[in-house]
Amino acid sequence: MSKTSNAAWKKKYENSGLREADFTSISGRPLQPLYTREDLADFDPETGLGLPGDYPYTRGVHPSMYRGKLWTMRQFAGMGTPDQTNERYRFLLEKGQTGLSVAFDNPTLYGCDSDHALAAGEVGKTGVAVDTLADMERLFAGIPLDRVSTSMTINAPAAWIFAMFLANAEKRGIPFATLRGTLQNDILKEYIAQKEWIFPPEPHLRLITDLMAFCAAEVPQWNTISISGYHIREAGSTAGQELAFTLADGFCYVEHALAAGLDIEDFAPRLSFFFNSHLDFFEEIAKMRAARRIWARAMREKYKAKNPRSWLCRFHVQTAGCSLTAQQPEINIVRTALEALAGVLGGCQSLHTNSMDEALALPSEKAVEIALRTQQIIAFESGVASVIDPLGGSYYVEKLTNGLEEEAERYFRKIDELGGVVKAIELGFFQREITRAAYEYQMALSRKKKFHVGVNDFVNSGQTLEIPLLEIDEAVERDQVAFLQRTRSERDNGAVREALEALKQAAAGGRNLMPPLLECARRYATLGETSAALTAVFGEYREQPFY
Amino acid sequence: MAERKIKVIIAKPGLDGHDRGAKVIARALVEAGMEVVYLGLQQTPEAIVRAAVEEDADVVGLSILSGAHMANFRKVRELMEAAGLGDRLLTGGGIIPTKDQDKLKGLGVEKVFGPGDDLQEIVEYIRRNARRAAA
Repeated sequence: MSKTSNAAWKKKYENSGLREADFTSISGRPLQPLYTREDLADFDPETGLGLPGDYPYTRGVHPSMYRGKLWTMRQFAGMGTPDQTNERYRFLLEKGQTGLSVAFDNPTLYGCDSDHALAAGEVGKTGVAVDTLADMERLFAGIPLDRVSTSMTINAPAAWIFAMFLANAEKRGIPFATLRGTLQNDILKEYIAQKEWIFPPEPHLRLITDLMAFCAAEVPQWNTISISGYHIREAGSTAGQELAFTLADGFCYVEHALAAGLDIEDFAPRLSFFFNSHLDFFEEIAKMRAARRIWARAMREKYKAKNPRSWLCRFHVQTAGCSLTAQQPEINIVRTALEALAGVLGGCQSLHTNSMDEALALPSEKAVEIALRTQQIIAFESGVASVIDPLGGSYYVEKLTNGLEEEAERYFRKIDELGGVVKAIELGFFQREITRAAYEYQMALSRKKKFHVGVNDFVNSGQTLEIPLLEIDEAVERDQVAFLQRTRSERDNGAVREALEALKQAAAGGRNLMPPLLECARRYATLGETSAALTAVFGEYREQPFY
Repeated sequence: MAERKIKVIIAKPGLDGHDRGAKVIARALVEAGMEVVYLGLQQTPEAIVRAAVEEDADVVGLSILSGAHMANFRKVRELMEAAGLGDRLLTGGGIIPTKDQDKLKGLGVEKVFGPGDDLQEIVEYIRRNARRAAA
């Protein structure tokens, strides 16, 4: 195809009459009508792509990708009491799910006990309540923790929730070395997007580094952190912002661990990532491919890691909750299927598909089953898992991948100019960028420049469509609080006080906090008591509200 | 005399960090000529109503995606009545099932908004139903 024939096509294209439509991506990226070899004139596939399992991993982290092992189908679940969630886990495992993913309720995510004043009305609502080791025992009762991998979405109090998880394994005689799973443990994106923190950034970063050091020695198969773009995207960012801010957070964790004296080859292979898969199909795929390449280059070239395992950007994907609509909820099944397909074509290691009813409530059992079946259709019927990186070499996808990488590099320079990630958080840089993007998208919907089917077009008027929704009984809160109070009265309170005192002393000094946290968990110290002991030393963090 | 701007308090009660909706609405209301006081995260019902009294707000808007809407709307409504703000509009938004929306009507919360609701519609609702300060 020569330049002259391209020019001739362009003329025909321009004369052919175009639809009235906004031809930008969902992130506002201008798109050409066609991509050709000319768009990749400066691109060298040898260095820019490599082969699957080879540097810079653009085409995937494993040589065999889904021919070797399909992605893990991991549905995020948790609600009500630990006993109720345990029942849901058994249901999902029985339906063919291959890993567990724990959703905690809001009080737990903030490190509060279920009887804390701010917890009123929230216990067990958007996840499971865990107050002590006794709840962890109930949550995983009868589940073979040495054979099923467990992901826990917990951040601010991640270290002491993990201590409870370890104490439970210890009681059941399961060796730490056999435990597999992931802690989200990504506090930076909390300041940036999800807003669930306890202390200022520095003590949280110390806890993360302590956990990385502890796991490198004691729990070697555990992914110590899942550096997350998901929440950044849900808060309204563009695809490029999600990519850039997430990887910048990753660099920040690496730099903190190196500054604390950790060896990069000990902790880097256990870093993992978590991306959103939104509606704009190709942009999402390009984002995931770009993430692998940027991370590999930085780990090898900038941070000088030698072991190829330290270069890998392995990631979990969840379909975009914010793309779901309360209107005509059944059509969310289709949105989720497209987003899940993008996640698979982007080369994810594990995947969560949202349920159709999640703009209305926590998912019902039926809705979760359909969401899981969606993944099984992609894996076993569609044929897409048979060929590695099937979009590699597409002029459009490669150009988009390059474009997203360039956008991320521009953001990295900006963050450096501001003095790094923590400084940029304190300045509100990320928060403002995201808030602006969210507002622009909402205005684009309002002006019908962008469309959401069933919401700003193709509306079914007057339809009161009802699908059965999951309800969390008000009794959950009463039961959970009663169980917590019974646990408090039955444990050895002298031993708890002693362990909490030892924790405070360790926090005031410089020792690794995991051993004293584990001791608190063993003695049934509550989540809230542990948070309070650490807050006494570290202080609290408050954000200046802005919009 | 120039008409006083409609004054809106926007707050996120409880332990819920999802502030995208609250911030987008705050901006849209300001663009529509209203005055917005955004209190931010982790607000107790007491703090929200205290701010509404101090600001003499016409409207109180709560953003709740955590499932704690019944407890929070009920408490804020009670405290507003007790503080003599019974004539002010209480509304809000989040992930609120239809069944609970009906229950909220019983508490005097006539309308709440959810994912996908149009910004213009929300602005108009607030404009129409905000208590007007006596001129």
